[in-house]
Amino acid sequence: MSIISVKNLKKSFGPNEVLKDINAEIQEREVVCVIGPSGSGKSTFLRCLNRLEDITGGQVIINGQDITSPKININKVRQQVGMVFQQFNLFPHKTVLENVMIAPIKVHSLSKESVKENALALLGKVGLREKAQQYPGELSGGQKQRVAIARALAMNPKIMLFDEPTSALDPEMVGDVLEVMKQLAKEGMTMVVVTHEMGFAREVGDRVLFMDGGYIVEENEPIQLFSNPQHERTKAFLSKVL
Amino acid sequence: MDTIITILPYLLEGLKTTLYIFIVAVILGFAIGLVIALFRLSPIKILNWIAKAFVNIIRGTPFIVQLFFIYFGLNSLQIFSMDNTTAGIVTVAINAGAYFAEIIRAGILSVDKGQTEAARSLGMTSTQNMVSIILPQAFRRMLPTITNQSIISLKDTSLLSVIGIADLTQRGQIQASATFEAFSVWITVGVLYFIIIYLLTLLANFLERRFELR
Repeated sequence: MSIISVKNLKKSFGPNEVLKDINAEIQEREVVCVIGPSGSGKSTFLRCLNRLEDITGGQVIINGQDITSPKININKVRQQVGMVFQQFNLFPHKTVLENVMIAPIKVHSLSKESVKENALALLGKVGLREKAQQYPGELSGGQKQRVAIARALAMNPKIMLFDEPTSALDPEMVGDVLEVMKQLAKEGMTMVVVTHEMGFAREVGDRVLFMDGGYIVEENEPIQLFSNPQHERTKAFLSKVL
Repeated sequence: MDTIITILPYLLEGLKTTLYIFIVAVILGFAIGLVIALFRLSPIKILNWIAKAFVNIIRGTPFIVQLFFIYFGLNSLQIFSMDNTTAGIVTVAINAGAYFAEIIRAGILSVDKGQTEAARSLGMTSTQNMVSIILPQAFRRMLPTITNQSIISLKDTSLLSVIGIADLTQRGQIQASATFEAFSVWITVGVLYFIIIYLLTLLANFLERRFELR
């Protein structure tokens, strides 16, 4: 059974229908990259997967739970779904270590001491253990994004969502962040990555979804999709970005 | 100079009353402001409406009218009886509360919505998000305007002398008419207010530096 199952997903902002009819199945341990022109709805699609956007129609089933059902406790589902944002969204009033510790402390009512070790281990994993006591404002963009990844991992999620994680970074910072994501993929994390990094999609992705105009126009293994796109719109997009 | 020295202990008693009323009223007012701000931002229409009405009524009427309404008006209903200190505290608190509410609302709205998204995506509830993520950041930005409103409220307490509260101003009036030394009395009263407000400003500056957003 797929860990993410999306059926006839629709999303409108007022009269503007951004997602028209999205269907997708994502398996456990799969790394799915979502590409497409801006305005194609790829970020909105990602944000529907943890209901950061209210869903207008259709079904999104995460790990067996239909998150469109009004009876569902969305906070419980979100605990299993980590998210990394383009703008990092670290908590500026908390140290790096506190950023990583806060969710387990608040959500699971754990003590500082009991989560500290794991938080430091996660910071070590993203190569920032020595920055634990600093504030986000003192870090570079790439470092911030790695902290954001550690923060999401602190809840021990089953799925990680990445919303253009490297788009706000200086070019020389991109590599470090992608490296951490590659490592995560290698460890078997289920990942959905909205990205413009075609190199990453090709190298790490198990599957690439190409979105345009609120639909998934084409999906395939990265090599297939990049070397042999079937749709005109896919061809047109790839000719511009590759 | 001699007059000042002889009346000073008497005036300082009044200053104590002023400070007591001010501190209780501002704490109460802040609590009122917080609740009203959260009402104002709530998706529930009726709470929203209550908050808007409250702020508009308080902003749209003079402080002294509010004071007379609460002390004389409410007491005249004879449902309960309120002494003048309580009425004074309540009026300053409600008045400050309306202004605090607008300050707090603006402070909350000034925090980037990505902060809420990050907190909610981690599984935090909207209350946890508000308490641990949004309010701490909002308060830091609000501090200068909060200080400003607190200073205004402190000065508003001088109007409480009209309902017979023996605050600094009231005691000044009594001394001025008893000693016929209006000049030295009122300059002393003024200096005492000034010192308190100056100390308040120093405290606020200290807090601002202490909690500076890094």
